[in-house]
Amino acid sequence: MSTGPSDTEIISQVLSGDHNAYAILVERYKAYVFTLTLRFTKSREDAEEVSQDIFIKAYRSLADFRGASKFSTWLYTIVNTTCITFLRKKRLEVHSLDEERTFEVADSYDSGFSANQVEQKSRINMVNRAISLLNTDDAEIITLFYKNEQSLEEIGQILGLEPNTAKVRLHRARTRLKEKMEKYFAEEVKDL
Amino acid sequence: MNNRFDYSPLGDGGTGNIEERLWEYIDGQSSVDEKTTIEKLLETSRQWHEKYHELLEVHQLAQSSALEEPSLRFTKNVMEEIAKYHIAPATKTYINNKIIWGIGAFFIILIVGFLIYGFGQVDWNAKGDTNLPVNLNRVDFSKFFSNTYVNIFMMINVVLGLMLLDRYLASKKKKLQKEA
Repeated sequence: MSTGPSDTEIISQVLSGDHNAYAILVERYKAYVFTLTLRFTKSREDAEEVSQDIFIKAYRSLADFRGASKFSTWLYTIVNTTCITFLRKKRLEVHSLDEERTFEVADSYDSGFSANQVEQKSRINMVNRAISLLNTDDAEIITLFYKNEQSLEEIGQILGLEPNTAKVRLHRARTRLKEKMEKYFAEEVKDL
Repeated sequence: MNNRFDYSPLGDGGTGNIEERLWEYIDGQSSVDEKTTIEKLLETSRQWHEKYHELLEVHQLAQSSALEEPSLRFTKNVMEEIAKYHIAPATKTYINNKIIWGIGAFFIILIVGFLIYGFGQVDWNAKGDTNLPVNLNRVDFSKFFSNTYVNIFMMINVVLGLMLLDRYLASKKKKLQKEA
């Protein structure tokens, strides 16, 4: 995932008083944390604010990181709990998977692309939009597995699940992603 | 959507979920035997072959999804914010271990003191009905156990004992998890 000093080395530096070293960790994980947060919040503004909170929380609790797991796994656990708290507070409208208007709603989501990019029939664009159509649980597990390089054991740890349960949940999430692609992006998939 | 959980014999003699088995195969989590079986099925069964390519396409598409980037000022904002905070001490260091060991040592000394005092009261030369060197009839247990302070002391010992047991079991559990 990264070159340069390891996460553990950076954490030791921060704990021994070099607070600026924390910027390396933020740089290293900001995109992963932001992407994961965006899956919950569906808005870049909220995702930015929540991501900042996550990094501040992680900083304040850094002494509690004992290296029993990867730093990323520990950090994503904070992402998960912070996002759930955020959703509870905000009581975001949760769109049913079977709602026909989901597609229209998803079109209006600010998923991080400019208007021109959204119009492009690019593979990345299409996949990101398909993921944004999923419910937060499915989108989170797919992001953790494919983008955040977490194993099923680590995903289980982050989500508080047994690895086998995480595996089943991932399979189901992928099946639903396939369904979304077939339903809403059949043309794009054909063109690829 | 059609056949999300597609249970089908497909001539493989099994009724397992095709998709689930194929996902495990794609993720590289199938056992060696299962891998061989699936590879054979992919060669011989058209349905398995088609399903495999269908899932593989989803897998590759999911892999190609991009990470979102926050604003350019993100790291700067975080660093400005954390300048206002201090790193909280680790949870386990909230309670100083030396204090715990000190309390433990105090009670151990107290117990040893009571034992020495108790045995000091025993007339080792006295002859009793039994062959025991201690004449239990002469030891006034009520003197020790009816006292409120002794009861409190015993209670604290029980609590400390339970705390130690909990700590021991927790460390054992952690060890087992690490090994697993």
